[in-house]
Amino acid sequence: MTRFVTAPLAIQLARAQFGFTIAFHIMFPAFSIGLAAYLVVLELMWLVTKKTVYLDTYKYWLKVFAVIFAIGVVSGLVMAYEIGANWSGYSNRVGPILGPLLAWETLTAFFLEAGFLGIMLFGLSRVGPRLHFLATTLVSIGTLLSATWILAANSWMQTPRGYTIGSNGTFEPRNWLKIIFNPDFPYEWLHMLMAAFLATAFAVGAVGAFHLLRNKHNQVSRLMFSMAMWMAAFVTPVQGFIGDQSGREVWRDQPIKLAAIEGDFHTKAGQALHLFGLPDRALGTLLYDIKIPRLGSLIVTHSMHGVIQGLDAFSRRDWPVLIPTFVGFRIMIGIWSLMMILGLASLWLRFKGRLFDNRLFMKAAMAMGPAGFIAIIAGWVVTETGRQPWTVYGLLRTAQSASPLTVGELLWSFGIIIVLYFFIFGTGIRYVLQMMAREPVLDEPDLEGDKPMRSHGPKGLHGGVSRVK
Amino acid sequence: MINSHSLPVIWGFIIAFVIFAYVTLDGFDLGVGVLFAAERERPERDVMVDSIAPVWDGNETWLVLGGSFLYGAFPVAYSVILPAVYPVIITMLMALILRGVSFEFRFRATTERGRRNWDAGLMSGSIIAGFCQGVILGAVLHGIPVSNMQFTGGALRWFSYFSIFTGFAVVLAYAFLGSTWLIWRTDGGLQARMRKIAVKLAVAMLGLVLVFSCWTPMLHHGFAQRWFSGSGVLATALASLVLISLFYGLFHGLRKVGVTKRDWAPFVFAITIFFVNFAGVGYSLYPNIVPPTLTIWLASSPVSSQLFLLIGAGVMIPIIVGYNIFAYYVFRGKIDASAYYH
Repeated sequence: MTRFVTAPLAIQLARAQFGFTIAFHIMFPAFSIGLAAYLVVLELMWLVTKKTVYLDTYKYWLKVFAVIFAIGVVSGLVMAYEIGANWSGYSNRVGPILGPLLAWETLTAFFLEAGFLGIMLFGLSRVGPRLHFLATTLVSIGTLLSATWILAANSWMQTPRGYTIGSNGTFEPRNWLKIIFNPDFPYEWLHMLMAAFLATAFAVGAVGAFHLLRNKHNQVSRLMFSMAMWMAAFVTPVQGFIGDQSGREVWRDQPIKLAAIEGDFHTKAGQALHLFGLPDRALGTLLYDIKIPRLGSLIVTHSMHGVIQGLDAFSRRDWPVLIPTFVGFRIMIGIWSLMMILGLASLWLRFKGRLFDNRLFMKAAMAMGPAGFIAIIAGWVVTETGRQPWTVYGLLRTAQSASPLTVGELLWSFGIIIVLYFFIFGTGIRYVLQMMAREPVLDEPDLEGDKPMRSHGPKGLHGGVSRVK
Repeated sequence: MINSHSLPVIWGFIIAFVIFAYVTLDGFDLGVGVLFAAERERPERDVMVDSIAPVWDGNETWLVLGGSFLYGAFPVAYSVILPAVYPVIITMLMALILRGVSFEFRFRATTERGRRNWDAGLMSGSIIAGFCQGVILGAVLHGIPVSNMQFTGGALRWFSYFSIFTGFAVVLAYAFLGSTWLIWRTDGGLQARMRKIAVKLAVAMLGLVLVFSCWTPMLHHGFAQRWFSGSGVLATALASLVLISLFYGLFHGLRKVGVTKRDWAPFVFAITIFFVNFAGVGYSLYPNIVPPTLTIWLASSPVSSQLFLLIGAGVMIPIIVGYNIFAYYVFRGKIDASAYYH
């Protein structure tokens, strides 16, 4: 029987569909990672200080967390099966390595999150504050472990190590430590965790600013705004440092990707920094180039005269997708710069004692609410389209990774996915925004409803019907 | 001895366990969603949802585990089955999304109409997801053509009368499981109505099990041999005997609901009936993972993969089962319906 050859258009559709679903998905786990850690801090502060403002802030964000987490779970379930459905060639060859990593993720992270989520959401009056705090902590640890495993898997696709290739072309594990702790892993891991924390901080800060603009004496709004601005001021520079280190790692291990990110078509010493431009694959040049001489080499190699290989050093058939890699990187860096400015401004205002008074600053903080999520998606576009045309960098081409599916099947599924995602997750985001638009109150409604020790049933989370809008 | 012969067998059992855990745990969740068709009023529906709200996330995680175990331990099976049932898998995933978010959104809806729409989403998502899972079961049992370790067939290869039958059968089976769950966890009028529904569904189950048990051996010569030759006859007799006594226990338990304190009895019998059927499927299949030709040994990943995964499964699954039981224990007892009228 002849072997099914997947049409190039079908491969592009499979990529577009997978990219769409995973870009949608990533926002929710990122928000969950950040919120879960934030909730741990809030509950700990409440247990230590006994100040109810911490508990009120906790309860306010817990309701948001419940919805964000649920969307993360169901959109993540899609990924667990879509990877085999859309990429059976890939799964077949890489399954022996990536399958166990994803299974370890499920075993150590997903169950931990799901197992204690119920107690975290509905169980405060049933198990008491200490055990409840433990549940919150375990859920947060679950989100962090999940990020660890999935980033081990992804970074292995960027810098594969610890494998051999078997007779039938499958990757076989040789050394699990080398597989997990591959060169890209520590950078990707730290960079993504910081990104999740920052995205959450800016979202929380925006909600705080929104309510402070209407009522600047609300203690809960002040607390969330203040905490978020501390994060903005101190974590943003840390993220810059990690990003810089990560860039150097890409330069060492994925030089083609780096050339595409930088927009360098020609190898030379003392590359310019291309602020803006449009890479043209056919012409092999950067159109509308706005550049600063030598700065590119200085940033990447930490030397004015450092050599950066250009795309011309590599065969054209190995070039990544140029425009998204180049543009995505600039969006990410642009947002990071705005975050830096906001963080520094917050320090200045705090020093002056005007953090809760400057309306322009609060409007700026509001506008920056979604910034972290946009930066995360832009960053992942850089990482993943920059890895093309490979699924496993340098070893397995995307064309070899596809499933034996037809254009018709993929068009059909992509259509359904787009319609359903926009409808369902659009509604979800609307509900989350509605929750965020409700001003936090002292004595925030309880998790299990307003009466203590309601005898049965996880009432509170839904108690919304009878209480404050 | 752990080697390239025994490891795939161990993994076959582990994956069977995980799929069984999923089918029973998310089965009753999905069944509760299906039963929205019978309960149209808000207070009852709130109670039904509240009975599963703290646990459904965890229950659905078994499906993720099943997928990732298959991916890691039997990558060939994973990459053959998924393209073969592609439209069904995509539909199932979309239905599970709809079901999952409807849980949260029905309480966020600001209008009564909005809430009813999410209720409809929860119900239809549950029905469609169950149906698709049944179709996948049927399609795999019916057989998937494989050459060169790749699926070779068209976009509609999953379709057969058998797979459509198993699709409907699984929806009814989930509703049956859900009704027995609700008998356990509710009281009053809702419990009484669930008992009536459970009796009807139990009768339907008896018929479905009969048809399924007769139809499956007719699919492949190998299946028939398992059940009708030599010692196979013994297995057939044993399975029939066990099923007959389980159904007897089930009907007895259903009659006694509200009379004795054993409201959990129908649920336990329902799960056991599931288990016997599930074991029967495993017995038919072994040592194939995808009939008619793909065995667990052909589909396996290397020893180093399966071993690394076995450590994880061996250590973590008992822990997971432990804290899941704890989570169920925290939310034990009848759901108090009176708490919702206000």
